[in-house]
Amino acid sequence: MVETQDANALTAYNIQDKDPIVKYREIKKAFGDTEVLKGIDFDLYPGERVAIIGPSGSGKTTMARLLMTLEKPTSGTIEVDGRYLWHKEVKGQLVPADEKHLHEVRGDIGMVFQHFNLFPHMTILKNCTEAPVKALGLSKKEAEERAKEMLDKVGMLEKAKDYPASLSGGQQQRVAIARALVMRPKVMLFDEPTSALDPETVGEVLQVIKDIAKQGDMAMMLITHEMSFAHEVADRICFFDEGIIQEQGPPSQVFTQPKTERLQEFLKRFHMNGSS
Amino acid sequence: MISIDVYSIVLPLLLEGAMVTLQLLVICGILSFLMSFIGGFSRLSGIAPVRWVSGLIIEFIRGTSLLVQLFWLVFALPLLGVNIAPGLAAIIGLSLNYGAYGSEIVRSSIQAIPKGQTEAGIALNMTPIQRMRSIILPQAFRIMLPSFGNLMIELLKGTALVSLALTSDMTEKMMQMRNTVGHDTQLLSLLLIAYFIVGYAVTLLFRWLERKFSAGRV
Repeated sequence: MVETQDANALTAYNIQDKDPIVKYREIKKAFGDTEVLKGIDFDLYPGERVAIIGPSGSGKTTMARLLMTLEKPTSGTIEVDGRYLWHKEVKGQLVPADEKHLHEVRGDIGMVFQHFNLFPHMTILKNCTEAPVKALGLSKKEAEERAKEMLDKVGMLEKAKDYPASLSGGQQQRVAIARALVMRPKVMLFDEPTSALDPETVGEVLQVIKDIAKQGDMAMMLITHEMSFAHEVADRICFFDEGIIQEQGPPSQVFTQPKTERLQEFLKRFHMNGSS
Repeated sequence: MISIDVYSIVLPLLLEGAMVTLQLLVICGILSFLMSFIGGFSRLSGIAPVRWVSGLIIEFIRGTSLLVQLFWLVFALPLLGVNIAPGLAAIIGLSLNYGAYGSEIVRSSIQAIPKGQTEAGIALNMTPIQRMRSIILPQAFRIMLPSFGNLMIELLKGTALVSLALTSDMTEKMMQMRNTVGHDTQLLSLLLIAYFIVGYAVTLLFRWLERKFSAGRV
């Protein structure tokens, strides 16, 4: 399945010439006595697609949830486009951010969830226009235009008037992707977007994500167990285990010449034992 | 049997009493509905003292008898130097009591909405108020409706207690009649039927509301 090195990289230009749009510095997160993240330093560059792989419980999802402000780091800082996310600067001192500050900074971030989390009481179209109208202040007409464009992109336009409950899992996830895209985030997080799907609908969702990756200049953080998908879409693979980044690099390198024993072991489970 | 003549006296009086009962139901229904939201939101407040104080008040009201509360408002409060009209005492007593039960309906319904809904709202950068109004409340309200329907019927029946101390609702009117015309069986049966008619109207109203708020359900 492997093509020649980086020939499949979707982002042709040299990404890392720019300043990172997201910077994690010494991020730690504990739930009670359990330390889930044990000191993460991580940069995401504008337009870059990073796939985060690793066993369950390795801290991958927490990594994304901290950036989406769904969980608060125990220590460390995250910067988004040059601004601190969880802190604000008051007289040269970093103090914990309030809701107003979080609201300002997280507008750059969007997220697609494992369980879609569509709003069941709203039609598909309304799911996609509610936040643009309320949070971005778009007019209803503008929001509907944007929403229809994105629903068309994910192939769900003809379901615009339906309610989520009448859709398959794969269709719901496509709508969830459209809903996140309507907000035009600079960074999009995908938290195991196909893990809750029936096998036969996984493909359609992966295809939609691949299409988006090809078109936009949006940075993407893809938490996934779909190794061939990660290989195809990502510019960089990040391997998480035990709450730290164990190894990272371009897909061709990470998948074919894993350096650490942990990664070798992990890839074996996907029948990618270093010589795919 | 009661003769036609007696019915001609009884029915207008029952109707007069029914108007008082209906007034109590509507006024206390609206007030206890408002109290339910104030109480329910207070119990979910991010400010700890608000949670504690509201919890204490709600549990106290739920844990004491409505009849004793009404007696307290009518007979004990004047001794403390506060005189309120019996009708007002009835309204306050009923509204507080059913508002306390309603607070728990509001709290539990809001908490029943999956966390993923709030998280989706955060990911779409909606403010806490926007999330509550557009995402959480519409879904929670649907869960609240059957319980509120129940509560309103309970309230209707609770209004009968008022007759013991206070106003001239339909139970009180019928008790008067018993003293003057007798015929206990027929009068009390008539009273049961009268309550059932109002109660069933409440049931139908809430069934209609439930259908109206069930968009998106299959």
